[in-house]
Amino acid sequence: MGIETRRIEDAGLARGIERLTPDRIAETFQALLAGETGARLKTYVETCVRCGMCAPACHYCISHDGDPSYSPVGKVRQTMWELLRQGGRVEPRFLADCAQIAYTECNLCRRCMHYCPLGIDTAYIMTVVRRLCSKLGMTPMYIQDTTHSHSAVLNQMWVKDDEWTDSLQWQEDEARAEFPDLRIPLETEGVDFMYSVIAPEPKFRTQLIYQAAAIFHNAGCSWTMPATPGWDNSNMAMFSGDFEIMGRVERYHFETAQRLRVKRIVMGECGHAFRAVYDVGNRWLGWKMHPVPVVHSIEFFWELLDQGKIRIAQKQPGPVTIHDPCNVIRGRGLMDKLREVVHALYDNVVEMTPNREHNLCCCAGGGVINCGPPFKNVRIVGNKAKADQLKATGVETVIAPCHNCHGGLEDIIHHFKLGMKIKFLGDVIYANMERPAEA
Amino acid sequence: MRELYEFAVGPLAWGAFAVFFLGSIARLVAMYSLAKKKDAPFLSYMSWRYGLRSIGHWLVPFGSLGWKENPALTVVTFIFHICLIVTPIFLLAHVVLLDLYHGIEYPTLPEAVTDVMTMLVVAACIFFAARRFFNRTVRYVTSTQDWIVLAVVFLPFATGLLAYHQVGPPLTMATLHILSAELMLVAIPFTRLSHMIFGLFTRAYMGSEFGGVRHAKDW
Repeated sequence: MGIETRRIEDAGLARGIERLTPDRIAETFQALLAGETGARLKTYVETCVRCGMCAPACHYCISHDGDPSYSPVGKVRQTMWELLRQGGRVEPRFLADCAQIAYTECNLCRRCMHYCPLGIDTAYIMTVVRRLCSKLGMTPMYIQDTTHSHSAVLNQMWVKDDEWTDSLQWQEDEARAEFPDLRIPLETEGVDFMYSVIAPEPKFRTQLIYQAAAIFHNAGCSWTMPATPGWDNSNMAMFSGDFEIMGRVERYHFETAQRLRVKRIVMGECGHAFRAVYDVGNRWLGWKMHPVPVVHSIEFFWELLDQGKIRIAQKQPGPVTIHDPCNVIRGRGLMDKLREVVHALYDNVVEMTPNREHNLCCCAGGGVINCGPPFKNVRIVGNKAKADQLKATGVETVIAPCHNCHGGLEDIIHHFKLGMKIKFLGDVIYANMERPAEA
Repeated sequence: MRELYEFAVGPLAWGAFAVFFLGSIARLVAMYSLAKKKDAPFLSYMSWRYGLRSIGHWLVPFGSLGWKENPALTVVTFIFHICLIVTPIFLLAHVVLLDLYHGIEYPTLPEAVTDVMTMLVVAACIFFAARRFFNRTVRYVTSTQDWIVLAVVFLPFATGLLAYHQVGPPLTMATLHILSAELMLVAIPFTRLSHMIFGLFTRAYMGSEFGGVRHAKDW
């Protein structure tokens, strides 16, 4: 029981161990406490009465038969409490264990807050642990690579500037076979919204850009994409703990929207991106709320349907179930709009329990899937709870409006042989909306 | 023993209450100024409406997911905290003391009721101790301080019970009761019992974030 029984080889952590000494860790930890943490960390650590009520909140803990070392408070015990007790003077091996817990065994999904009578934010404590690890170069290799990518090209997946516009033009070309006058507008100033996607879209889910363009075209939207960096908003630096780079990415994002003088930013079906723009990055940059209004595509699709700009030609029979992505549900309260959109698309919707704010995490988010192949089994085995929940619905289609949720759910569906398909809202709207020819 | 009793109800009681009140205020003030200095971007989201809304939901038994999924703990926790706070304030012997020393008078609860309430606090402490020992999550995160804190809460109620039922030498029991109660008062601002002073604020902050920023429930 405990992290020492389940250590995983990771090139980034192995290098981290070689480079660090207890002195250097202590020095950085003290500086972090003095410079960045304050009353929140102090009250959380001190006020926690060690009641253990948070254990049934965490999908890792449920999936491991209640193993206390996977409980939220158990993870804090193995990391922050020990760091505080020793003033940060810990062995590099211990810090690598902290990194493994904070990066790969916590999705920062914030479900445990629904279980803590004192309102202790375990996700915040894990974020501070990640921040320490990041400052000391003790990060899993794959997630660090995404941070390097953000640093070098301002998107998560090393997409070069010309590759970005090239992908957009390619999708425009493709789509014009179906919608002859469709455009994917680039650098159009003063339009209603800038559409913002994450780097996996041009990289390997390019059809999503096609579908979004088709939906916007059909709805007669006034929109644009930027031709410059600032288009990607997935911001893995937020989760790797490199807040300086996180801030840079968000600044570019908002400034790109401001340069284009758009009325608002519409975010694609991604949860991290929304968290970075709406909750985390804006605050790091000193804005109480975001400087350009931001809507998630769940809300935007809801508007299009509500205003009759998009009509559904053929409602599908279903049955389907809805997966609530933590970052837009617990993070933005879009559970009702998500349901209204899904119910507009399908006749038969089977709810999972628990759902809405209390939904179990996909186990990919919070940077966990970005820690890459070494930790893949951790998140699959660690989310048996979600697989059981999906299986209990008895349906074959899951609607999940978030890229990370797709990644996580695909893996558990495959591993636990659930035989289910996962769809974005955009997939279903695109496939079933009234087309101009039919209108 | 008489001298010790006199000292415990006299100067020591003054001292204990002073440490409790002043210590609590000092800790709150210090924590607030630290929050203002270091957590200002988060303090600015505090909202009375959402903070109180969250506290309200969590003050209702089974009013939140956490309470719902831990039914036994919920029942014991509520009974424990209500009895813990109400019993000493409305206990006949305490009010008589207050009247005797300071001329302060107010209604009391029937002795049979406070007797049962005291027993409930003692029973709840035993439940918490058993949980700390047998529940593997709780055992995993329990440290010496958690046992000490539990004992510090248990003792004044256990000794109070014994004193009321005249078990053991009356003066010794009364003295032990007073000393342990004073120990608890002094411990509140400086141990995990400080959740008494900080708990409402952490809850209110979480409620403010969930209500005002995230537009979602936190219960």
